Amino acid sequence: MARSAFSISAALIVAGLIIGPVTAVLWRGGGFTALSAADVSALKFTIWQAFWSALISVVLAIPVARALARRAFWGRSALISVMGAPFILPVIVAILGLLAVFGGNGMLNLLLSPLGLPRLEIYGAQGVILAHVFFNLPLAVRLILQGWLAVPSERFRVAASLGAPVFWLLEWPMLRRVVPGAFAVIFVICLGSFAVALTLGGGPRATTVELAIYQAFKFDFDLSKAASLAVVQLCLGLGAGGLALFLSRGDLLGAGFDRVVQRWDGSKVLDAVCIGFAALFLLAPLVAVAIAGVTGLIDLPSSVWGAAVRSLMIALGAIVLTMTLALPLATKAGEAASLLGISVSGLVLGTGLFLIVQPFVRPSSVALPVTMVVNVLMALPFVLRILRPGIEAARADFGRLGQSLGLSGFALWRIVYLPRVRRPMGFAAGLTGALAMGDLGVITLFSRPGEGTLPLMMYDLMGRYQMDAAYGAALVLVVLSLGVFWVFDKGGRAHAVV
Amino acid sequence: MKKTLLTVAGLMFASVAAAETNVLTVYAPDYFGSEWGPGPSIEAAFEAQCECDLQYQTGDVLPRLLLEGERTEADVVIGLNTDVTKRARESGLLGEHSVDLSVLTLPIEWADDVFVPFNYSHTAFIYDNTKLDGFDSFEDLLNAPDDVRVVIQDPRSSISGLALVLWVQSVYGDEAEAAWGRLAPKIVTVTQGWSEAYGLFTDGEADVVLSFTTSPAYHIIAEEDLTKSAAIFDEGHYFFVELAAKVAGTDNPELADQFMAFVLTPEFQSLIPTTNWSFPAALPIEQWPEGFQELPQPETVLFYSEDEAAALRDGAIEAWRVALSQ
Amino acid sequence: MLWCKDAEFSQGAYSLSAGLQIEAGKVTAVIGPSGAGKSTLLGGIAGFVPQTRGALYWKGVDITTLAPAKRPVSMLFQDNNLFPHLSVMQNVALALGPKLKPGATDRKRVEQMLGLVGLDGMADRKPAELSGGQQSRAALARALLQDRDVMLMDEPFSALGPGLKAEMLDLSVALAKEAGRTVVMVTHDPSDAARVADSIIGVSPNKAWPPIATQSFLSDPPAAFVDYLG
Repeated sequence: MARSAFSISAALIVAGLIIGPVTAVLWRGGGFTALSAADVSALKFTIWQAFWSALISVVLAIPVARALARRAFWGRSALISVMGAPFILPVIVAILGLLAVFGGNGMLNLLLSPLGLPRLEIYGAQGVILAHVFFNLPLAVRLILQGWLAVPSERFRVAASLGAPVFWLLEWPMLRRVVPGAFAVIFVICLGSFAVALTLGGGPRATTVELAIYQAFKFDFDLSKAASLAVVQLCLGLGAGGLALFLSRGDLLGAGFDRVVQRWDGSKVLDAVCIGFAALFLLAPLVAVAIAGVTGLIDLPSSVWGAAVRSLMIALGAIVLTMTLALPLATKAGEAASLLGISVSGLVLGTGLFLIVQPFVRPSSVALPVTMVVNVLMALPFVLRILRPGIEAARADFGRLGQSLGLSGFALWRIVYLPRVRRPMGFAAGLTGALAMGDLGVITLFSRPGEGTLPLMMYDLMGRYQMDAAYGAALVLVVLSLGVFWVFDKGGRAHAVV
Repeated sequence: MKKTLLTVAGLMFASVAAAETNVLTVYAPDYFGSEWGPGPSIEAAFEAQCECDLQYQTGDVLPRLLLEGERTEADVVIGLNTDVTKRARESGLLGEHSVDLSVLTLPIEWADDVFVPFNYSHTAFIYDNTKLDGFDSFEDLLNAPDDVRVVIQDPRSSISGLALVLWVQSVYGDEAEAAWGRLAPKIVTVTQGWSEAYGLFTDGEADVVLSFTTSPAYHIIAEEDLTKSAAIFDEGHYFFVELAAKVAGTDNPELADQFMAFVLTPEFQSLIPTTNWSFPAALPIEQWPEGFQELPQPETVLFYSEDEAAALRDGAIEAWRVALSQ
Repeated sequence: MLWCKDAEFSQGAYSLSAGLQIEAGKVTAVIGPSGAGKSTLLGGIAGFVPQTRGALYWKGVDITTLAPAKRPVSMLFQDNNLFPHLSVMQNVALALGPKLKPGATDRKRVEQMLGLVGLDGMADRKPAELSGGQQSRAALARALLQDRDVMLMDEPFSALGPGLKAEMLDLSVALAKEAGRTVVMVTHDPSDAARVADSIIGVSPNKAWPPIATQSFLSDPPAAFVDYLG
């Protein structure tokens, strides 16, 4: 009872933090506005590209995750960490990295043209989907890998000794549980795409809902239109999330004393090819970013370190807040509530929060807490997707034992659940921190907190023609984000029993 | 972390309280207040003469002002563009200035009683003069082979993108959609903002980028790179100006007036070129820094009044959208 | 006395009715065909399976609505009796309170108990470092250390070999009796019941029958269990 009351209040807080601001914008805007024909076509394109981006991401992620789950090789854990980087790259950096590989003068075209092959054209719907897969494949791989690792190795031993079809017996039920959730999260992320869709989409054909919101807000100051579109986003996100949660029913696989994950099936060559291609696809643009950044490092002003410290502070604050909220929210209803967070436009969220706090305090004085709250809302859906299976498994396996020992509340979490989900928690915390570091702050209304953060500094430099220094700042940002991610992820894996 | 948060919040309140005496709050875009923008040196110069504390609040200027309404903290807003002057004026939140505009050195007439321009430029296409011969006119650009790769900004999310559609509108009028149709095959992509587009250009993804006539100055002065040129068109170039205005309900009107007057002084104006990479609005060309003086200037400057621009805007964007969606 | 007064325990669509009394201080076995509801009966007594009808009394006190931890009941589960991430010391010490770092007094009590179950010197090991039998001993140590009148055993030793299983059963019952506990144990092996139980509760689908003395149950089984006992 206590647990559910706690969970419900956490879910209400999250839902309120999202619905409240949207309502505030709607109220200030004077109600709903009907969508124009252009809005409807933007909506269609948005859904279309999000669907394909999510589908391709998870389909490609399955063999990669399986290969990573069943092969031990030197540098495996480092590779897994670094392969996660695209997800936390600032959009503009990722685009430039992608273009260095797939662009008009990119490496791929430099390789193709001497062979007399036609020039590869990245701009268009294919570019949008390519970029979204680049961003989200790492997330999909990690979510699905998590599922694989949650299957006790004893099961594989049993299957191997029986000569049973591992896929249908163990992997298919696991995938049925994990994949819909991964698809939904990625689908919802791609619904909010704006700069990627526009830049790589090649023009107004690739107009998304988020761009329409931006336009309504910045140029037309049409809050009613912006809020109406945000409500459409919310409905889409909820629909996708609800459907995925419904589909992801299925039996939880039991726990076991995991000793060594050893497998007796599958082709080593195939797995090597899967891992190789994924690594190449994800790492080549990163290498391009790194190369461009190294030369820019010398142009960086010393203030970069202050900005780095501020970014780190935001990241750490976001981690603490997110984890505190995530544990009680690790239920189906909680996850549904949290999905609202990424489905709604950050711009509308920021505007709504501004409208809410502005009568009471000077907005600039709450810039830092608000930045953190927005980051927490954005990170929660990922965090819950990562944590929920582990927590539910722990609940199923050890809930009764904990109850019979009289463990409840904080003690139950500390003694039973937290140690069982150390690995996913480390991953989730790392992801939260990295995401918060890379966040530009959707809340430009609040003024920047103190001085700039790293992403702001990077954009500042870009706006000042200092592209090289901007790439240097981007490199610092990427290295720090990865560092935060790595430290927490590693911390979760070290000494973890599961 | 909680402790840190409280400390940070505490420091913020403390600094607010301590500085309450004589503070001028200026709303400015991020780029203006940044370390590399004109903000810091202008702040230092003004504080030296005003015995006050100038504080920037950076971010979205007009949306924030409109959301705050009468409650705004701002005394002055700076960095507005002509695309929003109409809405800003109609809000009634901005007051008339008392600045002598006769010192202006703009290429157009300017007699606005609310908005004071502090720098200007013109939209222009920038290219690498070691790779292309350049273009003498818009027609020249439209007639260029389709393998010339052009990148522009989206008029729905970028002010330079919006200036471009108004430019095309003023050059081609009813034929704007057809003109866009001819440019479309050369447009590699459309970006959200100026930074992305310029990044694509310097990275070699595009041969030509929509930017400003003043862009080459940065490369010449800061990088000693003479290979970037602005193509000067016979048809003329669209005027691009940045403005400052006083907030009507300011609780510090004298200080706000003092700052508005400061905007057009040589001291302020001479800081502009190499911090904002634009032409100063009130400084004779002889006093411009080297590198700026030599920049080619368009003979014809095109500009719509805010009422004209408001009337044309939606149609001009629609022509762009239809032509580029084919 | 543990009294299931006109009780019904329901889990999903499945429900089990039980009107019976279990004598305090004795060992009572629960036997019956697979899936009949033996574990449901124990789960109901422990408070994990919702009670949908009737009442449950321990020594005259109504415990029907108490949370599992508030009932005078400790339980050995079929599996997952130990937290894999905790040492044996920590696992067993949880019987004394929700602490991961037990104090000197508690440590001493745990070590004494570990000595009784034959786990001397194993306190710092993790469950994965123990054999199956040793894991059972650790779980037993904890159940005994819990200050609860009733010890429920849901076939905790079923994964062990026959010899080891019998040994553990004997040990559990002996130590429980010494501590004055009431034992209710599920088994699917009548010989287990014959070895240690004073009486037997037969569970046929959807119904748990009142206990009958072990000897009479086995020599003259009620009609519902004739086939089962063969």
